[in-house]
Amino acid sequence: MNKTLTFNELQKECSKIIKNEKIRINICAGLGCVAKGSLELYDEFKKVLKEKNLDTSIDVLLKEEKKEGVNTIKTGCIGICEAGPVILITPGDILYLHVQNKHVREIIDKTILNNELVEEILPKNYDGAVCKNIKEVPFYAKQEKIVLRNCGQIDPTDIRDYIAHNGYTALYKSLFELSPEEVINIMIDSKLRGRGGGGFPTGLKWKFAAAEKDSKKYVVINADEGDPGAFMDRSVLEGDPHSVIEGAAIAAYAIGANEGYIYVRAEYPLAVERLQLAIQQAEKYNILGENIFGSNFSFHLKIKEGAGAFVCGEETALLASIEGFRGMPKPKPPFPAQKGLWGHPTIINNVETMACVAPIINNGADWFKKFGTPESPGTKTFALSGKLKNTGLVEIPFGVTLRELVFDIGGGIKDDGKFKAVQIGGPSGGCLTEEHLDMPIDYDSIKKAGAIVGSGGLVVLDDKTCMVETARFFMSFTQAESCGKCVPCREGTNRMLEILNRIVSGEGTLEDIDLLEEIGFVVKEGSLCGLGKTAPNPVLSTLKYFKEEYLAHIEEKTCPARQCKKLEYYYIDPDKCKGCTICAKQCPSRAIFGIPKEPFFISQERCVKCGICITVCPFGAIELK
Amino acid sequence: MDYITINNKNVPITGEEKNLLEVIKKVGIEIPTFCYHSELSVYGACRMCLVEDDKGNLMTACSTKPRPGMKINTHSAKVIKIRKTIIELLLANYHQDCTTCGKSGHCKLQSLANSLGVDKIRFKPRKEYEELDRSSLAIVRNPNKCILCGDCVRMCSEVQGIGALGFVHRGPKVSVAPALEKNIADVECVNCGQCVAVCPTGAIIVNDNTQDVWEALNNPEKVVIAQIAPAVRVSIGEEFGVPEGENSLYKSVAALKLMGFDKVFDTAFTADLTVVEETYEFLERLEKGERLPQFTSCCPGWVTYAEKNCPDLLPNLSSCKSPQQMFGSLAKKYYAKELGITPDKLVVVSIMPCTAKKFEAKREEFKTNGEYDVDFVLTTVELARMIKEMGINFNELEPESLDMPFGFFTGAGVIFASSGGVAEAALRLAAEKITGTTFDAIDFYDVRGLKGIKEAAITIGETTVKVAVVSGLGNAQKIIEKVRKNEVQYDLIEVMACPGGCVGGGGQPVPNDMETRKKRAEAIYKIDATMPLKKSQDNPAIVEIYRKWLDQPNSEKAHHALHTNYIHRKRISGMEISDETTENIKKLEVSICVGTNCYLKGSYDLMQKLIALAEEKNMTELLEFKGTFCMENCAHGPSVKIGIDNHKYGVQKDEAEVFFNDVIIPKIKSLNKTTSV
Amino acid sequence: MTTKRIDLTPIKNFFAEHPGLKRNNLIMILQKVQELYGYLPEEVIDFISEEIKVPKAKIYGVATFYSQFRLEPQGKYVINICNGTACHVKGAPSLVDEVEGILGIKSGQTTPDGLFTLETVNCIGACGLAPAVVINDKIYGKVTPEKIAELVNQLKAGEK
Repeated sequence: MNKTLTFNELQKECSKIIKNEKIRINICAGLGCVAKGSLELYDEFKKVLKEKNLDTSIDVLLKEEKKEGVNTIKTGCIGICEAGPVILITPGDILYLHVQNKHVREIIDKTILNNELVEEILPKNYDGAVCKNIKEVPFYAKQEKIVLRNCGQIDPTDIRDYIAHNGYTALYKSLFELSPEEVINIMIDSKLRGRGGGGFPTGLKWKFAAAEKDSKKYVVINADEGDPGAFMDRSVLEGDPHSVIEGAAIAAYAIGANEGYIYVRAEYPLAVERLQLAIQQAEKYNILGENIFGSNFSFHLKIKEGAGAFVCGEETALLASIEGFRGMPKPKPPFPAQKGLWGHPTIINNVETMACVAPIINNGADWFKKFGTPESPGTKTFALSGKLKNTGLVEIPFGVTLRELVFDIGGGIKDDGKFKAVQIGGPSGGCLTEEHLDMPIDYDSIKKAGAIVGSGGLVVLDDKTCMVETARFFMSFTQAESCGKCVPCREGTNRMLEILNRIVSGEGTLEDIDLLEEIGFVVKEGSLCGLGKTAPNPVLSTLKYFKEEYLAHIEEKTCPARQCKKLEYYYIDPDKCKGCTICAKQCPSRAIFGIPKEPFFISQERCVKCGICITVCPFGAIELK
Repeated sequence: MDYITINNKNVPITGEEKNLLEVIKKVGIEIPTFCYHSELSVYGACRMCLVEDDKGNLMTACSTKPRPGMKINTHSAKVIKIRKTIIELLLANYHQDCTTCGKSGHCKLQSLANSLGVDKIRFKPRKEYEELDRSSLAIVRNPNKCILCGDCVRMCSEVQGIGALGFVHRGPKVSVAPALEKNIADVECVNCGQCVAVCPTGAIIVNDNTQDVWEALNNPEKVVIAQIAPAVRVSIGEEFGVPEGENSLYKSVAALKLMGFDKVFDTAFTADLTVVEETYEFLERLEKGERLPQFTSCCPGWVTYAEKNCPDLLPNLSSCKSPQQMFGSLAKKYYAKELGITPDKLVVVSIMPCTAKKFEAKREEFKTNGEYDVDFVLTTVELARMIKEMGINFNELEPESLDMPFGFFTGAGVIFASSGGVAEAALRLAAEKITGTTFDAIDFYDVRGLKGIKEAAITIGETTVKVAVVSGLGNAQKIIEKVRKNEVQYDLIEVMACPGGCVGGGGQPVPNDMETRKKRAEAIYKIDATMPLKKSQDNPAIVEIYRKWLDQPNSEKAHHALHTNYIHRKRISGMEISDETTENIKKLEVSICVGTNCYLKGSYDLMQKLIALAEEKNMTELLEFKGTFCMENCAHGPSVKIGIDNHKYGVQKDEAEVFFNDVIIPKIKSLNKTTSV
Repeated sequence: MTTKRIDLTPIKNFFAEHPGLKRNNLIMILQKVQELYGYLPEEVIDFISEEIKVPKAKIYGVATFYSQFRLEPQGKYVINICNGTACHVKGAPSLVDEVEGILGIKSGQTTPDGLFTLETVNCIGACGLAPAVVINDKIYGKVTPEKIAELVNQLKAGEK
C-alpha cells in the first residue's frame, strides 16, 4: 500500500485485512498486565491458534489467503488493572480476568470454537454471579468509552487497524466537507472542556488562535502527565496514539497551523516509541506531512521529550521547554493563543482533549452533549487508586456520582476499611468527603466543593489514612517540582512544608494552623502559575474537612489514623511482660530497660520506632499506641 | 477618549502605554517592584506589583497592558497582604543584618520592608549559608542576599549580550550563578558592573577598596594623589541629596583634601592626552588605510570583552591606554621624580564611575618598575562612603580647585563621560589636523545622546570620517558582526560597555537607570559648553607635558608610557584542563613579544600559528604560550623566548613551522627528559 | 573532577550528522550527550555552547533544571550508607567518615577514577540490620567501620 491511494481506497485495503476476522482476541498489554505475564499469554495464544490453523492475524494474512479465523492482538490498557492479565473477546464483549497460559486451550476450545464461557475466569458480580459480558461487570457497567474507545480493542502499533475501525474519517471529513470555521463551531457547540485540568472550553481556545493573523501557528499536545498516580494520558498514547494524532491534525486545520509538537514526559519511553511509530506510519500513508489526502492542507507533527520537570505541564512552561529554556512559566496575558511558541499563536491541548475531537466531528456536537451534564458534557477518564477494591483506568460520563464511582465501579473500600475521603486532582486538588458522596462529578460541582477535577487522578482514602500526612505528601511533591521563579510558590510552599513536617512529627503548635492558612492564601492568590496557585489546595481542603486530625496531631501529639510514625509509640504492657529480655537485646538503639524477670519499659527518647520489639516478643506484650 | 479607573480615579490612556505600571504612575503612585526593569524583558516573578480589578482578579501591573474600561485597585486588602508576606518570606533568608550590610541605605528590600510596615519575621533561614564569591576585582557576589529577581541575569544577557550569570537548579535550590557555578572571575564576565547597577539588594555589590585607601592615606611615608573621572563630578552629589546633574567637582576636591590626599588631579586632563595620542594614531591609520576601523580602547570592559571574544579585532583596537592608566603611568614614570620621591612612595588613587577600572588597574602590563601605575580604584559610591565615614558635611564644603599640572582640562576631556564623548573629542582634533585650520564650531551633535548605536558621517574638508558610537556590549556585538561581514564601513568606532557611556558605570550611585544617566550626560555637555577651552590640543598643560617628557604625539617615549597591547584571553578559565594524569609532564613556556614593534612585524600572527601547530600535533598539553611585553629586541623581532632561557630568538611569522620543529620540539623533549612526545 | 580526558568525537559526530541544530534542540542534545557519556561533562557543555551559540551559564541552567540530567558521572560502585534514625544511632556517621577517608571523596561525590560514588540515604527500612549499607543493590547489615573498609578495599583490589 502506498500513498498514491485515495482515502477511500486506503480504507478498503485496511478493511480487507480484517475481513477474515470472525473473532478478535484483545490481550491487554498495559503495564499492569504485562507485569503479570500478558505478553507470554499472547505468544501462547498465537502458538495454539496456529496449531489449530485458526490464526488470521495481519501478518499471517500477508502470506496466505485464509478463510475466517481468529485475530489476536496486543492492545492498550483495558482498565481493570487489579485483575490482570485481562483479555477481551469480540464480538460478544467477553471479558476474562486473571488469565494464565494454562487457560489458553480451554478458551480456544470452548469460547472460540463453541461459544461457551469459561466460568473460572469470568468476572463476578458483587453478589457472586458471573458476568457474561463486559457490560454486566460492575466496574464497566457505568462507563462510557469515548477517549478510550479503541483502547483494548485495536492494535496501537498498526495504523491499518485504526483505519479499519473508522480511523481518520473525521480528518477526512474536516478537510473535504467542512471549513475551518465550521470545525471550530462544532467544537464550540459541543462544549468540550480541556481535560488537562483547566476545563477551559476547547472550541473557544481554537477560535482565539484562529482569529490571530499570523502565517505561522502551532498546535501543541501536552503529554507531560505529571500528577503522581495518573496514567490516563499514558494509556491513550500507548493504546491509541492515532486518536491523538487525528485530533491534532483537525485542530491544526481549524486554526491554520501547519506544524505541531507533542511534548511527552521523559518517563514515558513506551509512549514515545508508540507515537514515533504512529507518526511514521501516518506519514507513509500521506495522513501527515504535505498535502494530506491530496488536499491543500499540510501538517507536520514532531515529538519533543521532556526531561523530568512536573512544572512543564503548565502551558507557558511547556512552551519554554520546547524552545530550549528552563521550564519556567510566564505571566498571562499574553495567552499562548495570541503569543505562544516563538511568539506565534499556539494552542495547547491535553492528550485526552485531543482524543475527543475525532468522535465529535464524526458524530456531531449533539451526540457529544448526550453524555454528561449540560455544563460538563462528555466523559472523563480517571485513574482510580488508593484503598479501593477495583483500582485501574475508567471513563465515566460527567454526572456519575462519587458514590457510584467509589462503590459501584470501584467496588468499595478494600480490606474492610471505612470510606474517609477521596483526593481528587492530585497535588493541585482537594478532598471530597462523605458529605459529597452523592454529588455528581462535574467541573462546577467539584469546584463548589473546593476541589478540582484536575487531570483525573483519584485516590480513595480510608480511615487508616492520615489526612495531614496526605496533605504533607502532596506539598513535598509540589515543593520539589516548583520551578522556583516566583516568591509565593518557592518560599511559601517551602514554609508550608516546613510547618507540615513539624506537625506530623509532633512539634506543631496551634499558631501553625493559622500560619498555614495565611501562607496558603498568599501562595494561592499570588503565585505566577497554576502549580503555585493550586499547591495549597490539598492543605486548605484537608484543613476545611479534617481540622480535628490537625488538632490531634498538635494538641494531643497523636495521629488518629495511626499512620504518622513519629507520633506512635511503643508500649510494653507490664501485665503481660515477663522480663525475658529478648526485646532489649534486639533493640537497635538500646531503648528498652529493666531488671530480668520484671516488666521492662521502653525509653521514648531513645526509641527509633523500628518495631523489632513487637516482632520478637514471644508474649505479645508490646503494642503500638 | 479611552480611560481606565485606578483607585476610583479616571485616567486617560493613549494605548501606547507599555503596562499598567506606567498608567498608575500618572496617578502619582509607584507600585513596589523588584524584578521589573523598564529596559529589560518582563519577568513577572516577584509578584509585588499585583493589583486587583473589580471582579477580584489579580494581575501583575508590569505585564498587563491597560485596556479601556479596566477598574483597578492598587492597594486592596488582598494585594497588601500578599506584598507584606512576600517581603517577610524574603527577609527570612539571611536579610536581617542591615546594619552591617554594604548596601544598607540603598537596598530596595530594606526600603520596601520599611514602607510596607513589615514588622515580624516568623521564619528562619531555609538554606545553608553560602560563601561569598570574592574572586573578581570588580564585584562581590553574595548569594545569600539574592532574592532571585533575575535582573542581573537579564541585564547581562539582554543588554550586554554576554550571559555570564544564569539561574541554576530548580525550586528551593534555585540560585543565580555563573556557568557551572564557577567563580565569576573565571567565566565570561568583563567586569562592567551593570549587574550591580540593577541589583535591588546587596547580592552583587562593588568590591570595596576603601580600607586600602584609608591605610595609604594614613601612612606618613606615602604621597597619595587622586584623579577624578569626568563622570564622577555629575553623580557624586546624588549620594548627598544633591539633585541629579549638578557639578560637584570642586566640593569633591575639598573633601578629598580633608581626607588627606596630597594632590587632587583630574582624569579629564589625561583624557585630553588620550585624545591627542589616539587621534594622531587614527589619522595615521586613516591615511594608510590600514587597521580600520579603529576601535577606542579607553573602556576596560570593552577591552576585556574584545580580548575574550574578538581576538580577530585586537589589531584594530587603539593601542592607547585609557586616561586612568595614562595618568598612572605619567605619575609613576615622571611625576614622582618631580615630587622628589621614588615611585614606590607614590600612591595613585583614581575615582571612577566604573567597576572594570579595578581590573584594569591590576593588569600586569600597567606597571612601572614593578609598581602598579594605578594603585587603587575607588568608585563614586565608595568615595561617598569614605566622605560619610569621615563625617564630612558634603553640602557645606567650600569648593577648592584642582592641583596642577594635571588639573587643567578642556571640554573635550570632560565629555569622555558620555557615550559619544570620545569620538566627538577626537573629531575636534581631527578636524583641525585634516583641514590645517582652527575653527570654533566644534559640536558634533550626531554622536551625542543615549541611543545604543549612533552613526555619523562627518565631512571635514575633503575627507569624510565615518564614525559609529556604540554603548552596551550587546550593541557592540551587533556592530562587530556587521564589520566582520563587511556590511558597514566605519573608520572610527567608539565602544562603551555601559549603556549611555561612563555616566552609567557600575560604580555609580543608584538609581542608575536611563533617566538618571540622561540627566548626568546633559550635565556633562553643559559643563563642556561653559568651558573656555573645548579642544584637547589647546590644553596648555598637555602641550607642556609633551615638551617636558614625551617629545611629541606617538613618539617612542609616548609609546613607552602611554600605549599598550592586548592578549587573547580564554573565556572560561579552567577549561585548559590541568589533568592530574599530566602532572608529571612539564609544560614548556614559549613567550612571544607583542610589543608594538614586534607586533607590527607580525608577532601576533606568529603566536597564532604556533598555537595552531601545537593543536595540530596534539601538543597543547606540553606547551604554554604567552604574549609578553617588549623584550627590547625590537630590531630583530618578532622575538621569542623559550622557558627560562634568556636567549631571544628572532622568528618571522613564515618561519613558524620550522621554528616549531627545530627549536620547540627538542626543547619539550629535553624538558621532560624523554625522546618521544 | 575527573582526570579522564573527555573525547569529543562522539558529540562532534552527532553535530556533524545533524546540521543546523539550534537552541530549541538543546534538551534533545543534552539527552544525547547523557546517552553518549553517562552524564554531562564540562568540556562537552563548552563545545555545545560554541556550536549553538548559547552562553554556558544558560546551558548549565537548563541542565540543572531538569531532573534527568546528571553533571557528575556515577561510579561503577554506588555506596549508599543508610542514615535513617536507627542506623544513625548505631554509628552510620563513622561509616561515612571511614569511606570518605579511604576513597578521598566526600559524600555525594565520585572518585576520580570513576569507580566509587558515595551517598547517604534516608531510611531504607532495614532497621533491624542497622547500620545498613547498600552497594549496587546488595544490602549489607550490621556494618562496622572495619567491615566497610574491608568491603571497599576488596572492590578496589578486584578492579586492579
